Amino acid sequence: MNSSVGSSPAVLRVEDLHKSYGREEVLRGVSFALGKGETMVVIGPSGTGKSTLLRCINHLTPPDCGRVWLEETEISHHRANLNRIRAQIGFVFQDFNLFSHLTALGNVRIAPTKVRGMSKRDATALAMTELERVGLSNKANSYPAELSGGQQQRVSIARALAMAPKLILFDEPTSALDPELIGEVLDVMTGLARDGMTMLVVSHEMGFARSVADEIVFMEHGRVVEQGPPAQMFAAPEHPRTAEFLRKISELYGESDE
Amino acid sequence: MARDPVSGSRAPVSPGFEEVRIIDSLVAIGRHVPMLLRASLINIELLLALILIGFSIGTLVALCQVYGGRFLGAIAGIYEWIFRSVPALVLLFLFYFGPSQFGLYISSFLAASLALGFRSSAYQSQIFRGAIQSIASGQMMAARSLGMSRPRAILTVILPQAFRLAIPGWSNEFSSVVKDTTLAYAVGLNEIMRSARIIYDRQYQLAMPALIGVAFVFLVLTYAGNGLLGGIERRLQIPGLQMPGQGEKGEFIRRK
Amino acid sequence: MTFDWRWVTPLAQGLLLTIEITTTCIAIGIALGVLLSLGRVYGHRIVRVLCAIYIQFFRGTPLLVQLSIVYFGLPTWGIRLSQFTSAVLALGLNTAAYQAEYFRGAIQAIRGGQMLAARSLGMSAPQAIRHVILPQAFRLVIPAWSNELILMIKYSSIVFSIALYDLMGVGKKIASREFRYFEVFLVVALFYLALVFIVSQALRALERRVRIPGLGAPGEAR
Repeated sequence: MNSSVGSSPAVLRVEDLHKSYGREEVLRGVSFALGKGETMVVIGPSGTGKSTLLRCINHLTPPDCGRVWLEETEISHHRANLNRIRAQIGFVFQDFNLFSHLTALGNVRIAPTKVRGMSKRDATALAMTELERVGLSNKANSYPAELSGGQQQRVSIARALAMAPKLILFDEPTSALDPELIGEVLDVMTGLARDGMTMLVVSHEMGFARSVADEIVFMEHGRVVEQGPPAQMFAAPEHPRTAEFLRKISELYGESDE
Repeated sequence: MARDPVSGSRAPVSPGFEEVRIIDSLVAIGRHVPMLLRASLINIELLLALILIGFSIGTLVALCQVYGGRFLGAIAGIYEWIFRSVPALVLLFLFYFGPSQFGLYISSFLAASLALGFRSSAYQSQIFRGAIQSIASGQMMAARSLGMSRPRAILTVILPQAFRLAIPGWSNEFSSVVKDTTLAYAVGLNEIMRSARIIYDRQYQLAMPALIGVAFVFLVLTYAGNGLLGGIERRLQIPGLQMPGQGEKGEFIRRK
Repeated sequence: MTFDWRWVTPLAQGLLLTIEITTTCIAIGIALGVLLSLGRVYGHRIVRVLCAIYIQFFRGTPLLVQLSIVYFGLPTWGIRLSQFTSAVLALGLNTAAYQAEYFRGAIQAIRGGQMLAARSLGMSAPQAIRHVILPQAFRLVIPAWSNELILMIKYSSIVFSIALYDLMGVGKKIASREFRYFEVFLVVALFYLALVFIVSQALRALERRVRIPGLGAPGEAR
């Protein structure tokens, strides 16, 4: 969508992240950088640490070692104010994780109110804007249980947007959705990318990756195997494993239109 | 000769009032321990009696509610509601003083067993009813399709499964009802609380040690009872046979 | 078997005391119970152990023993409380232990993702607990707490043993004075039935009022 990687100032920089669960090392030294306004999609076989990577970035799961920078600030530093940092990074979960006791509107405006200290009136206006942005302003007073999966996920995106984050992390946002609901969420995400949001997305949606991503990262066994712009990755991948994976995925999910 | 810590003199001095009280208390209580333990046996006897009564009547009431048709089911329902809503103490008084007013003598043990037994039957019937209803209706259909009569199907197919399913709820009832046996003191039963009361009515300083002793006995009973019942539960488990809300091993899980 | 209309007034007064005692001890129980369960779920190791010990003790020993310790035992340690205070204290401490467990169950029934989502938005742990976990836990625990309220109405009858004239105490006084235990306690039973019925209906209406679609508790057995 934008200029190639490296020319924009880095919003996110990850250096040599490691994470083990017991004896199993899930992240084995992952490093990359993400520029402003760029969309990076991480692909790879299941269980290769992709979700763990995202959680280590905003410290929902503390990494064993490695460093993470958000713009100029090192957020992996032990004295960093985690709450303040997380307020600047949006996170969209695979299971949506909407607050069941609040309406859609309530979900979107609770963080601006409680974390940023906005007045209820301003927060409500902001929340309605974001719900409008994801196409759900007419569902503002519905509870999560009354919404379809796709609608819930869009609300959770609005919830992340309401905090005006510098970067949004998407953890397999469509994997828990019925096939016919995937499109509405991907449309919202495409719109965000076009509007210049910096996004790091873990996903299996190859069509989305091919058409929206500025950079694709292929991870396997906790390591970055290869990364590059979609054109290169899909047409002429360097690594044999990359080619193999992409071929298998294309068979599984079918070719989708650009 | 010890030096008196207060006056500094070396004159013979008796131990402080505090020490006398504590030592005396412990010694005095020690003398009463056998009586307390014997009294606790009465509690256990009462417990077994009331559980048995509760079990037999409870099963009957549950069967009436599930299979009894509208009239029987309604009566069973009212029975259950009454015995669950009236306090145990009120039931104890009714069962103990009632008969004597009409010329019948009833011992406090019998009165307590009946009163607490009927009450427990109301709770146990709820447990069994839940267990029976959670057995898939397909089981009954399969039994009937083999030519079994309804009573036979209930006896050979439904009840054996229902009893196993009811065990966790049933042991819950057990451990809560063991504490209720102390209420029988109000109708003159010589169980452990009454014995403790006798002790500290005579010597008020023994109140705390006596009562803590009683508390300790119950903690042991509860712990032992739970352990025993847990063991029985595990022994009788059939994998895959569980109620909604139970895990595969029959434990109660609260998630979802 | 004869009934006397003159019993109704004193019994009604006793009923009022029963209601007073029950509501006070439940209030204590809720406040203390929530604190205990928060301690058990989110506290440091020592706090967790202390709360667990408290809960084990008050659930594992009979209410009568607890009441007697407060009313007969404490004076030997120099702490002399009025009958009402002793009753409310003992009952309150007792119900707090049970309510703590129900509330803990409610907290643990809330899926972990809710907490993660709250933290990911930048909320601190106390904020997340206060704005996301507790509102849901309070709704989930209502059936169990309603149950506990009914139970406490019945168990409050135990305070007659320390000469407190609640519904049970008045009943005993009248019955022993006129030696008509059966009739008097039949009426007492009716009073309790009526009270339990009214309170159950009220609680069920409350449950319906506070319901949020999709936020339901798995059925709580007695």
